[in-house]
Amino acid sequence: MSLLQTQGLTKTFAGLTAVEDVALRVAPGEVHALIGPNGAGKSTLVGMIAGRIEATRGQVVFDGRDVTALPAHKRIRMGLAYTFQITAIYARLSLADNIALALGSPDRGAARAALDRVGLTECEDQLAGDLSYGHQRLLEIAMGVAQSPRLLILDEPTQGLAESEIANFNRLIRELAGDTTILLIEHNMNVVMELAERITVLDMGRVLATGLPAEIQSDARVQAAYLGVSDAEA
Amino acid sequence: MSETGKIWALHLALIAALIVAGLVLPAYHQGNLARILVLATYAVGYNLLFGYTGLLSLGHAMFFGAGMYGLGLAMQHGDVSALPAFVIGLICAAVLAAVVALLALRTIGVAFMIVTLMFAQSAFLTVLYFGEWTRGDEGFVLQQATRQIAGVDLSEPTNRYYAALILFSAALLITLKLVRARFGRVLVAIRENEERTRMLGYDCFRHKFLAVVLSGTLSGAAGAAYGLLFGYVGASFTGVQYSIFPLLWVLLGGAGTVIGPFVGALFMFYLIDYASGWTSAYMLIAGAVLVALTLFAPLGLMGELRKRWLRWLP
Ligand SMILES: Nc1ncnc2c1ncn2[C@@H]1O[C@H](COP(=O)(O)OP(=O)(O)OP(=O)(O)O)[C@@H](O)[C@H]1O
Ligand SMILES: [Mg+2]
Repeated sequence: MSLLQTQGLTKTFAGLTAVEDVALRVAPGEVHALIGPNGAGKSTLVGMIAGRIEATRGQVVFDGRDVTALPAHKRIRMGLAYTFQITAIYARLSLADNIALALGSPDRGAARAALDRVGLTECEDQLAGDLSYGHQRLLEIAMGVAQSPRLLILDEPTQGLAESEIANFNRLIRELAGDTTILLIEHNMNVVMELAERITVLDMGRVLATGLPAEIQSDARVQAAYLGVSDAEA
Repeated sequence: MSETGKIWALHLALIAALIVAGLVLPAYHQGNLARILVLATYAVGYNLLFGYTGLLSLGHAMFFGAGMYGLGLAMQHGDVSALPAFVIGLICAAVLAAVVALLALRTIGVAFMIVTLMFAQSAFLTVLYFGEWTRGDEGFVLQQATRQIAGVDLSEPTNRYYAALILFSAALLITLKLVRARFGRVLVAIRENEERTRMLGYDCFRHKFLAVVLSGTLSGAAGAAYGLLFGYVGASFTGVQYSIFPLLWVLLGGAGTVIGPFVGALFMFYLIDYASGWTSAYMLIAGAVLVALTLFAPLGLMGELRKRWLRWLP
């Protein structure tokens, strides 16, 4: 059985179809990468899954329950966590307060542990807005992890991270994998190949391919649409 | 001292100082301070919504007025005694706040300001329209004999002062408790980043709704108390001016600080009081000081204090 399943999921923005008829299955405990070129509709798709964006059509089933009509906060309470592509933290609050809001309780020890987990060594009284961009990303990831979700959705978490921080991130995800199901949008192919157990490729709003990393890597259409381009860029 | 200890010590010390002030101040200042305490209660209510939740209302005078007219009309036309009339005032404000919240919270930002402004304007016009009962602009005076609770004459200056202090202390301590509880933390989270808060699993609408209702009810309590303690109920208290005042007091004193509203109301009251003693152009002086403060202390007096020295100030 899948932890997350979508059927015919579609989003149209004023005539532009950003996501079209997406059927996605994410098995419990797996690390599932969602890749695709810029504007493919990845963020829109996970936005609909998390309830941030209303679906034009289609269905989202989480943990065996149809959550399509459920508001975001109720889906989150069912055990889903979401991190934003564009960093969304509380810049004027302390790191401890940021984590406390994610945890739902002001436990300083737990906050310290959550920060340590992502490799943030700053004092928990520091303001989140004073962190460097990369460290703000780490805080966002820490907030997602702190919620102990069953499904953790990460939208380009490694963007702006240094090499060592990416290595630390990979370690963290491998630690979580198994207990936590992870849906990971990622542009960095090294990260994808290192972490993903399965990959779904989105292109122009549609699923181009889905399968094991090796299958995706050798898929000619995927190479044409995405991998080739990104390799050339990199 | 622990942080919690310091916080309670500070706020209880303020209340203690105000208790002493009631005994030692000359009559003129005691009278002023009674009025300031009621207005500060209004500002405390406003601050809950503006300072903590980040929702800027331009129509809070309708809640102040709902409390005042709820009490005043019940006493004047319903022969209700002061205490139940006060409760009626509270209920009027709470119900109005709930209705306004349901409609206005569909909008955000500037639209929210405008919707609250329009509602308040309608409330103001309603007061004028029912002039037969409300006596419109002219207002009406509450008979001194009726202004008492449990035999205590609230028109007597010292009684009035302590009644105002009880009201203010209750509002202050309730807010202090509230903003340090999970509920208050979520309000701040909504102010700082609503989308993030929603995506952490919090029901933002429910929190904002409760914030409007609490804020409106506190404002209504201040309005009802004002009518009861000073014996006058008039349409000017529901006008635009009375929606702007709490915004100014809160901005001056420090939005999102528990004692800021009091500090702001106190400061502005005496600023205008002193300035009007020197010159008839006192509003000019008051205006200049306000501009200077917004330039040099944009977070308000207590806000700047918190930023520089007292990080723990709630
Ligand atoms: N709110 C919106 N209104 C209109 N169009 C939108 C909106 N959000 C996204 N789009 C459009 O939908 C398409 C998919 O966008 P989306 O952000 O989902 O892509 P993405 O795969 O996440 O891209 P990236 O890799 O750049 O993050 C794009 O063409 C985008 O311009
Ligand atoms: Mg995206």
